[in-house]
Amino acid sequence: MMWKWLHPYANPETSYHFAGKILPWCARLAFAFLTIGITWALLFAPADYQQGDTFRIFYIHVPAAMLSMGIYLGMAIAALSGLVWQLKLADASAAAMAPIGATFTFIALITGSAWGKPMWGTWWIWDARLTSELILLFLYLGVMALHNAFDDKALAGKAAGILALVGVINLPIIKYSVEWWNTLHQGATVSKLGQPSMTADMFWPFLVCFIGFAFLVTALICLRFRTEILNRNSMRPWVRELVTTEVKTHAV
Amino acid sequence: MQFDSISAFIDMGGYGFYVWLSYGVSIFSLALLIFTSISSHKKIKLQITQRIKREEKLRQAAKLQQAQTSNDNSHNI
Amino acid sequence: MTQLSYRAAFALIVKRDLRIAFRHRDDIINPLLFFIIVVTLFPLGVGPESTMLSRIAPGIIWVAALLSTLLSLDRLFKSDHADGSLEQMLLSPHPIFILVLAKIVAHWLLTGLPLILIAPLLAVLLHLQESSYIALMLTLLLGTPILSLLGAIGVALTVGIKKGGVLLSLLVLPLYIPVLIFATSAIDTAGMNLPYNGQLAIIAAIFFASLTLAPFAVSAALKVSTN
Repeated sequence: MMWKWLHPYANPETSYHFAGKILPWCARLAFAFLTIGITWALLFAPADYQQGDTFRIFYIHVPAAMLSMGIYLGMAIAALSGLVWQLKLADASAAAMAPIGATFTFIALITGSAWGKPMWGTWWIWDARLTSELILLFLYLGVMALHNAFDDKALAGKAAGILALVGVINLPIIKYSVEWWNTLHQGATVSKLGQPSMTADMFWPFLVCFIGFAFLVTALICLRFRTEILNRNSMRPWVRELVTTEVKTHAV
Repeated sequence: MQFDSISAFIDMGGYGFYVWLSYGVSIFSLALLIFTSISSHKKIKLQITQRIKREEKLRQAAKLQQAQTSNDNSHNI
Repeated sequence: MTQLSYRAAFALIVKRDLRIAFRHRDDIINPLLFFIIVVTLFPLGVGPESTMLSRIAPGIIWVAALLSTLLSLDRLFKSDHADGSLEQMLLSPHPIFILVLAKIVAHWLLTGLPLILIAPLLAVLLHLQESSYIALMLTLLLGTPILSLLGAIGVALTVGIKKGGVLLSLLVLPLYIPVLIFATSAIDTAGMNLPYNGQLAIIAAIFFASLTLAPFAVSAALKVSTN
């Protein structure tokens, strides 16, 4: 059943147009949600009674961190289906996700560090979460570097997919080992940010921001996915036709 | 509204630098990502059109040459 | 022609790789020299106080082991890929799993084992606590095969790329982090005369997991690289 439904989307042309159709809607929704969410977070959300206005970093930091891991998981699932069922499009979507995930990981790291400076007194501590986020960034950069190293993009997708899968098996081990290492070496000297029990007037702007970022990620994946499809199918007649008609309409 | 004035909004209760640093870096890197994604999409389309044009030119040149050689042949006869 | 049994094929490849390596002895000795030099650089960098050195000795030895393994990984598939014997191997009727595992075992015998043998001497130079020696040996014994196994995945992915060397370290080093953490922590714990069975058990678990999974990843990666 599911295969029958999915089958048309294994065709690059169909999925190119499908991604093109949902792209503007995702972009608009992302813009709307992010405008509302960030205005709400900066202007209307209350300051935390302990952390004051630094808590406003939370509305970017936490969605970015959650999405950075979510995108890695998505990339690994895409890579797995690319390897198991030989879906070339799955490889293309995995390749589309890597730079987006790396950007969100970078944002999570920078905002975490900027939040840590006023709260912990240093820009960087070897906190378990920060460290595993840093390693996640390395894994993303590895996947991207491997993808760029191949000239043949179909091969690049397969190789990067294998690396992403190896990484996703390793990720829980790394996370666990880093947490364990941290408790062993650091002890209780670190005044960790207690998980704040969120009140409703903090939760809603967070949710709006998160949804906005999620739509932004979807829109970006669609955009980069389309680029990957064009890159892999540049010799196909449908791509040539599509590009020439687009050039003509732009010229008119 | 949590802030009385614009200066209080920018100051962020003394933490302005950190808050604006994180928002600034986030917006900058996301804008960079969006920009590179769009430009690479345009670039690949441009590459494909250029290749099509080049092939068209080659084909026309080949045709021209063929016509010329057949002309030459007819002269020789 | 008679079919080789799995065991015979495995032994054949191990023997072949060992024989090739003994013809180019530099390949065995250079990573080992690198290991020794890196370890001697640390006391020059941080100062000769024995308390400081014994505190950081496990980390130094393990980081140096990671780096020298990384340096030697290149040899694993590169020359076979260059002369085409890798493709022949992939086309042979034997499961790739066995052939890949044999190559990794040979690599470990050539790089991991010498490291383990020389590590106690370097530990003396770094004033490692006496109670830590057995832990050091055990973690190296269990840990260096993991380095070869995980590293083989990275080499298999980059073997077809011209400038694969730096890329390889970017791919492989993050995967080595858990081994580094648990191994150094086991040595530290042993230095405090506490039981370190837990860390050792986790390293053993990682070892068996990578022993069963890594050859699959390597063979998939080799198929991509030799395409």
